[in-house]
Amino acid sequence: MSRYVVAKVGEIAAGQRKFVTAGGRAIGVFNVNGEYFALLNRCPHQGAQLCSGMLTAMIESSGPGEYTLDAQRQMLRCPWHGWEFDIRTGQSWCDPSRLRVKTYPVSVETGGELVKGPYVAETYRVTVEDDYIVVET
Amino acid sequence: MSVHSVVEAGREAKSPDRARHGVVDCDVHPAPALPSELAPFLSERWRKHIQNYGIRLAGQPTTAMVPYPRMAPGNGMRMDSWPPNGGFPASDLDFMRQQLLDACNIEFGILQPLTGGSTTTNLELGAAICQATNEWQLEKWTRRDQRLKAAICVPQEDPETAVALIDRYAANRDFAHIAIPTRTMEPFGRKRYWPIFEAAERHDLPICMHAPAFGYHCNTPTGWVSYYIEEHVAFANPPQTVITSLIFEGVLERFPRLKIVLVEGGFAWAPPLAWRMDNHWSRMRDEVPQVKRPPSQYLRQNFWFTTQPIEEPERPAELLDTIRWMGAGRLMFSTDYPHWDFDDPARTFNYGLSEKDREAIFRGNAISLFRLHGE
Repeated sequence: MSRYVVAKVGEIAAGQRKFVTAGGRAIGVFNVNGEYFALLNRCPHQGAQLCSGMLTAMIESSGPGEYTLDAQRQMLRCPWHGWEFDIRTGQSWCDPSRLRVKTYPVSVETGGELVKGPYVAETYRVTVEDDYIVVET
Repeated sequence: MSVHSVVEAGREAKSPDRARHGVVDCDVHPAPALPSELAPFLSERWRKHIQNYGIRLAGQPTTAMVPYPRMAPGNGMRMDSWPPNGGFPASDLDFMRQQLLDACNIEFGILQPLTGGSTTTNLELGAAICQATNEWQLEKWTRRDQRLKAAICVPQEDPETAVALIDRYAANRDFAHIAIPTRTMEPFGRKRYWPIFEAAERHDLPICMHAPAFGYHCNTPTGWVSYYIEEHVAFANPPQTVITSLIFEGVLERFPRLKIVLVEGGFAWAPPLAWRMDNHWSRMRDEVPQVKRPPSQYLRQNFWFTTQPIEEPERPAELLDTIRWMGAGRLMFSTDYPHWDFDDPARTFNYGLSEKDREAIFRGNAISLFRLHGE
């Protein structure tokens, strides 16, 4: 398991995303209302760049004429065939038992913490004063 | 645990090897960057007419070009297909090369333009739009990339003009087929269309019948459905009427070398349709004495189907049974680029097909049907 510094806090505004490569994997890092999420940028269906898809609120219906929209639950919709995945879990909406897109833990850490260890970031400039978004793969 | 730095992601690495040979894509939708792009190919008379009266398409519940809006922006486009230099998806040849022709190893792409001439209620205007679309395909697409093959667009409700257009373009091998929608004004086997069949057979040109999204009638026999999801499912309905009408009207006895390609209407429904037809024919053949053989025989001889949107049963083996019944020779791969339900050739049919069937579906059938390697 490795940890990758992918961005400085503030670099990905709320509602925005950043595409990175970490450990050879193409990953999309999302800021959803201040919470960070990271998913593999590859749809398990036909391989489209999933993380360039639209984020939409979860909409459910208990019966005809009734619906609820849950803005807290964000679904990532593939730009090709519209398959939806829960941004928190990577679970597929249309085939939850069999399909899931890989998600990665994301944390925010201070530059001070990051520069302490023996494995200092090599090319991403980390300074003690700033906070960073770190993805674990 | 180590902390690594990262580099910005470029485009994702290319998928592993696709087919060893190039793929033939039987459903590519070229678009004008702007509607005005067709204007130079229209006469002043029709330019003025469109400016003053617009274009009225038949059988539409609204005057919008697409009766069921979907997947905004752009009504059903792959979200990553908008050309970086502007314009509509599939309106920029360089970007189409990059995203489709080169990326998916497409040896030939069969164009299926959706400019609406064949369903324009004003037949003369429809003919002018068909003619303009034919010239536009040559100018903008086939002359600039030999992988692309054009459609002879025709106003099928005016068969005389349709035949004149077929005769005008048939000798030009930049054109690979004749394009006609599945929802024609009358069932397609009716006699009014026979001159078109005579011309198609004479020039050995397949007729490609694209199921969505235009036509002279509602998308279902009982009317316009409520949702786009129903419209999408209904793409499978009109091709069934095309097949039954052509068979029972005796068209395939009169024009035995006619080649009909059903584009984007699915195919898994074809075997049970044939079983129903054969069953009824065995009891009621005296009603249609012109039908000399079991209907399934015509289905397997005169019809082809493109794959996208492919039916995806839970157990893929069930689809293989369907293909086995029809014969792999009936199926031809298609992507439907740049539409949202695009199929990537590297990731479609990734199960159970023999190498021989795979080669036939992804390439061989289309090369021989459209005569893509010459006579």
